[in-house]
Amino acid sequence: MITAERKPLEEIVESVASFDRILLVGCNECVTVCAAGGRKEVGLLASALNMTFLKGGKSVQITEHTLERQCDPEYVEELSQLVGGADAILSMACGAGVQELARRYKDKPVLPALNTMFMGASERAGVWSERCAGCGNCVLGITGGICPIARCSKRIMNGPCGGSTNGKCEISDDVDCAWHLIWERLKALGQTDLYEVNMDAKDWRPAGGAGPRTIVREDLAE
Amino acid sequence: MSEPTPQFEPVIVAFCCHYCAYTAADQAGAQRLSYPANVKIVRVPCSGKVDALHLLRAFEKGADGVYVAGCLEGDCHFNNGNTRAARRVTQVQKLIEEIGIEKERIEMVLMSAGMGDRFAEVATEITEKIRALGPSPIRGGKPAPARAQTKASAKAAK
Repeated sequence: MITAERKPLEEIVESVASFDRILLVGCNECVTVCAAGGRKEVGLLASALNMTFLKGGKSVQITEHTLERQCDPEYVEELSQLVGGADAILSMACGAGVQELARRYKDKPVLPALNTMFMGASERAGVWSERCAGCGNCVLGITGGICPIARCSKRIMNGPCGGSTNGKCEISDDVDCAWHLIWERLKALGQTDLYEVNMDAKDWRPAGGAGPRTIVREDLAE
Repeated sequence: MSEPTPQFEPVIVAFCCHYCAYTAADQAGAQRLSYPANVKIVRVPCSGKVDALHLLRAFEKGADGVYVAGCLEGDCHFNNGNTRAARRVTQVQKLIEEIGIEKERIEMVLMSAGMGDRFAEVATEITEKIRALGPSPIRGGKPAPARAQTKASAKAAK
């Protein structure tokens, strides 16, 4: 999923301070799962904003609405009835959702309430970690299902660097060395021969190095 | 001679677990123990049922203080509802601090069903603490206005 965290309240308040009617929009997808921008978080932020403004002696109308998905035009259309009554839209979706709202509702300022973080997985309740960097050329098949791009601090392709100590990365004892994990997993799978595969220097063009990326499925595209 | 300043009477919302604090409140009554009428009790099936949203809405609607009363450690009827509630209280403490409300206005307390005296003691202590802090900075003595919600959001808030 795409993970995100709420921006500090102060920053959000500052961004919406000049508006009297705010449409606060959540998203039922990834940001709901990572407890950053779902219906509940929309309620919490609305409540927090309302109290902040009351404290400052200002009364602001905050309308809450959570879409099934903010990154899909068909769901974003649902807001068309509500947008007219708002001076600004405050989005609790990832960056894709914010941009989709901005594209559809061109005459309204659309502001982000979240900082979009990474593509990750849930380690345990309340903890999410980066797992995929969307590099466009997956090597997980030869690295034991552990990504050296997303999980190695240096994104190196052929074995650990000199900073790997007792399975930990030199940047912090809390960070596992991805290549240590890869080696242990390949050993457990009896696939250590895969460790010998020399990967070429990474071509970063499919990872975004050649500009913004687009996928076109000709059988689906209209 | 000037009129004496009326004592500030805080509004305190207590979310009380049915299995412990709510029964303890009954016990306090049976023991003829008095506790401040400022405390408004909301009975919940488990302190773990109390969501951050409930706590925040209590402040938004004009509470000066809020507390969640759950079972003693290891005694939760639903295993760990009380520890979950405690974590949510900590989360809300951080959030209200961001808003500019003192974090001391919310707390988690633990007790068993037989602790009527503890219930009365906690209610008194918290009322005094909130009285000393004064009215919630967000309301200045006035109730908060209603806020617009779409149907789906209103349903979720219930």
